[in-house]
Amino acid sequence: MFFQDVTPDTSGYMIAGFVISFVVMGLYVASMYLRARSLRQDQSLLEEMDKEAKPAAEPKRPASPGPLGEKKYTPVTKKSTQK
Amino acid sequence: MESKPLTLKILDVVAILVLIAATYMALNAPTERVMGEVQKVFYFHIGTAWTALLGFILAGLFSVVYLVTKDLKWDRYQVAAIEVSLVFFLITIVLGSIWARPAWNTWWTWDPRLTTAAVTELIYVAYFMLRQGIDDPDRRARFGAVYALVGGLSAPITFFAIRLFRTIHPVVIGGSNAEAEGGFSMSADMRTAFFFALFAFTIIFIDLFWNRIRLGDLQDKVEQLKLKVTM
Repeated sequence: MFFQDVTPDTSGYMIAGFVISFVVMGLYVASMYLRARSLRQDQSLLEEMDKEAKPAAEPKRPASPGPLGEKKYTPVTKKSTQK
Repeated sequence: MESKPLTLKILDVVAILVLIAATYMALNAPTERVMGEVQKVFYFHIGTAWTALLGFILAGLFSVVYLVTKDLKWDRYQVAAIEVSLVFFLITIVLGSIWARPAWNTWWTWDPRLTTAAVTELIYVAYFMLRQGIDDPDRRARFGAVYALVGGLSAPITFFAIRLFRTIHPVVIGGSNAEAEGGFSMSADMRTAFFFALFAFTIIFIDLFWNRIRLGDLQDKVEQLKLKVTM
């Protein structure tokens, strides 16, 4: 290289270098996008599962008396059945 | 994931624009007489190397903060910095190899700089492989912090390798290594393209780093939800 008269044609290497740089960066951005999308899907699924699991875990209670004066709920016990 | 903040959206656009501008400036910079067009990959080579090594050092600092505070937020910052740096450093190594083929007549040689760079890359590949093997988040974060702290030492070693050892890798900035083959002095236009590439890759790094932190936050949320649902 030190005693050469003309500049060598190394444009092929240069193009390869830039192409590889863009491909690697593009792949990384795509991987981040895909990971985020998959995580968002997981998140919505898990939130749904969590919502479904909550009412099943809580004991069933009728609604408290409303403003129109519905009958107040009294739990069924041994005493109430004897009456 | 919460919707993207406006600042990040703007940063995304700016990152794309500066990448296009840096490519344009690199392609239109004067052609180096001895090496020809391939010398133009140097702008991206240094730009990615600078940000990657900075990211590894940053990850080491986040490790210290995590070990002191035990706040998992710092673990997510550390992972984000290492992941983006790993990608950038891969580009640095590949570009260096592409440049070396016409300049040194070989794709790879076990020169101190190339060896330390390869070792640094492998250290952080191993970091992710080892993290995968630990389920407990606190243990994983503690392990990651100590590993990143020790691994962070490889960044300055890689940087100073060409200044401390006899090597064929040129020292273009701040040094004249007579032994180096492929060294060159920059003209004013070359210097403009070079400094703009440094600026552009710093912006791109910040943008990717921020996006990766948000991904880490989402990962953490999903992990918490999984635990909540299974318990």
